[in-house]
Amino acid sequence: MNPTLADFGHDNGWIVALKVVGVFVFLVVMTLFTIWYERKVVARMQVRPGPNRHGPFGLLQSLADGLKLAFKEDIMPLKADRVVFFLAPVISTVCAFTAFAIIPFGPFVSIFGQKTPLQLTDIPVAVLLVLACSGLGIYGIVLSGWASGSTYPLLGGLRSSAQMISYEVAMGLSIVAVFMMAGTMSTSEIVNAQAKGGQGELFGFEFTYPGWYVLLLLPSFVIYAISAVGETNRAPFDLPEAESELVGGFHTEYSSLKFALFFLAEYINMVTVSALATTLFLGGWRAPWPITQLGPWVNQGWWPLLWFTIKLLILLFVFVWLRGTLPRLRYDQFMRFGWKVLIPASLIWILALAGFKTMNNENLPGWQRGLWIGGFAVILLAILLWPRKRPAPKLPLEEEVAQRPEGSFPLPPIDLQVPVSPRAKRITADREPVQ
Amino acid sequence: MTPMWYIVLSAILFSVGAVGVLIRRNAIVLFMCIELMLNAANLALVTFSRINGTLDGQIMAFFVMVVAAAEVVIGLAIIMLIFRTRRSASVDDANLLKY
Amino acid sequence: MTAIDVMLSAVGLVAVGSALAVVSTQHLVRAGLWLVVTLGAVAVEFLLLRAEFVAWVQVLIYVGAVVVLLLFAVMLTRAPIGRSTDLDRPIGPALLIGAGSGLGLAGLFAWVFRDMRVNPPPTGSAQRVGEAIFGDWVLPFEVLSVLLLAALVGAIVLSKKDT
Repeated sequence: MNPTLADFGHDNGWIVALKVVGVFVFLVVMTLFTIWYERKVVARMQVRPGPNRHGPFGLLQSLADGLKLAFKEDIMPLKADRVVFFLAPVISTVCAFTAFAIIPFGPFVSIFGQKTPLQLTDIPVAVLLVLACSGLGIYGIVLSGWASGSTYPLLGGLRSSAQMISYEVAMGLSIVAVFMMAGTMSTSEIVNAQAKGGQGELFGFEFTYPGWYVLLLLPSFVIYAISAVGETNRAPFDLPEAESELVGGFHTEYSSLKFALFFLAEYINMVTVSALATTLFLGGWRAPWPITQLGPWVNQGWWPLLWFTIKLLILLFVFVWLRGTLPRLRYDQFMRFGWKVLIPASLIWILALAGFKTMNNENLPGWQRGLWIGGFAVILLAILLWPRKRPAPKLPLEEEVAQRPEGSFPLPPIDLQVPVSPRAKRITADREPVQ
Repeated sequence: MTPMWYIVLSAILFSVGAVGVLIRRNAIVLFMCIELMLNAANLALVTFSRINGTLDGQIMAFFVMVVAAAEVVIGLAIIMLIFRTRRSASVDDANLLKY
Repeated sequence: MTAIDVMLSAVGLVAVGSALAVVSTQHLVRAGLWLVVTLGAVAVEFLLLRAEFVAWVQVLIYVGAVVVLLLFAVMLTRAPIGRSTDLDRPIGPALLIGAGSGLGLAGLFAWVFRDMRVNPPPTGSAQRVGEAIFGDWVLPFEVLSVLLLAALVGAIVLSKKDT
């Protein structure tokens, strides 16, 4: 009854066209909505009303902004590489839209009498397609930064390419655990694999574990969530467009519709990683537990679209929440976190999971299992708690001075007083003395 | 159609890459041309796997990609090192054994 | 001529044309962009040859990572916008060698495979490639992992400032 890989590729031409238009409209509406949602939520967090002029609750604000953006002057910098400058936002947007093709919105529905799964298409390596699209999306940012012929955009582009390459590794590794559990890379099959829990046995206790991979593979989900924020260049990882350091980052020189395309791509990417998180970890379009008690109709027909959208909105709320709460990281902190924390943690987790699955397959007796798990834990702890080389104690200043070798450069006076600049003196002299 | 044309295509791509290696000076563009040649070899390998009806050629192509990735990493590190000391990415400027 | 043949010829022309552009363009960054087009075209050829997994890995690794790294390096080495003068090598001998070897190879292959027919196509799905890699090809795979590790360590050592 649930769509599997074999159910795709049999649609009529016009149904495919309808689905394509549907996905496109969904993404554009989601973008407009998310911009409003973000501004409203951040405003509420900062105790101010937020946009409230256009339409009910200000819902039409982002539409008005978009229209205004379209009528602005399209500026082409003199030093820009014209072709690449034009190509970059197009690449960004096309990749962002393409990745959504394999996201399952729901089970079979009937569109004008045709029974078809509520998903544009599915391929055996669907999740790789999303990764490939996000990999190609890097080009948009790097090229826009380079083609602008200006320093800040170039720095922003370089930062973002380094950032996205490193966080893509962590993201790919976190998804590997899902592949291992589901045994497939096709999104519809991954959703099916999360439909019902299974029986497990650990230390002699039998229990039923739930199907959602967010519970089963919590470390993977956490790593995915963090790297998704890094991958979409959102706060607190919004280093490529850090306003206080790089003006606007890679899109500083862009205006009008080209800028709008970057904006669109950024928000669509947010929606895509949230939708992928929903699909891979949160059971996809399936209703959560209390709702499933209402009857089988909740997972049939068009209803799943509602659950899918609600899950999506909750994840998007987390994105906005992070932006409203956390300050931006420094670049070196960010890279260190990615390479030295996220990737090793992913690797160890995958290793542990693979070991656990192998033990289940081999049907080892309980004591051997305990031995293996204990040994693994001991080795892990030993590596984590291994005593580091202690840094040499910091000497007081006089001793450091005394230890300098013969013939060193003369030391400047250590308690040097910087004289007040004449300009500052003049300004303070003009001022009325404060009573 | 026979698989001949895939192999002919790979031969042409390979020689285009080889010409590139011969006429370019920038080390990074040389790298791009080498990638081109490796890719042509991959195409030939995958075609052979199709001809023989086995997967071995595809797996060899997969391995070639991994080796190419490793090669790019090391090569770019070396190029950046040379650029840092000699301020040039041209292969003609890197003509001394020691800087 | 079937649909696949038309696809093969069209994509092949794209691949050769963009490869020529990689070799001949004087804009360094555009060379990288043309390389992306070539690699994408070769990925499509892989798909036509039913090597699905290899095609996606090509897009993921080559297009998604390797060429981005190359572009990154091009930008770090101060590539100018516009033309750069690195094409002033004598083109004649290179063209001679290239055309000779290319035509020779192509002719040789065309003659050797002139009446080769395709066996039942092995579809290179992820599952089958995985089974083959972890079945018959485990040892080379492990050796490759060591190679990658060595490359990682080597790159770190090379790019350390104080060596």
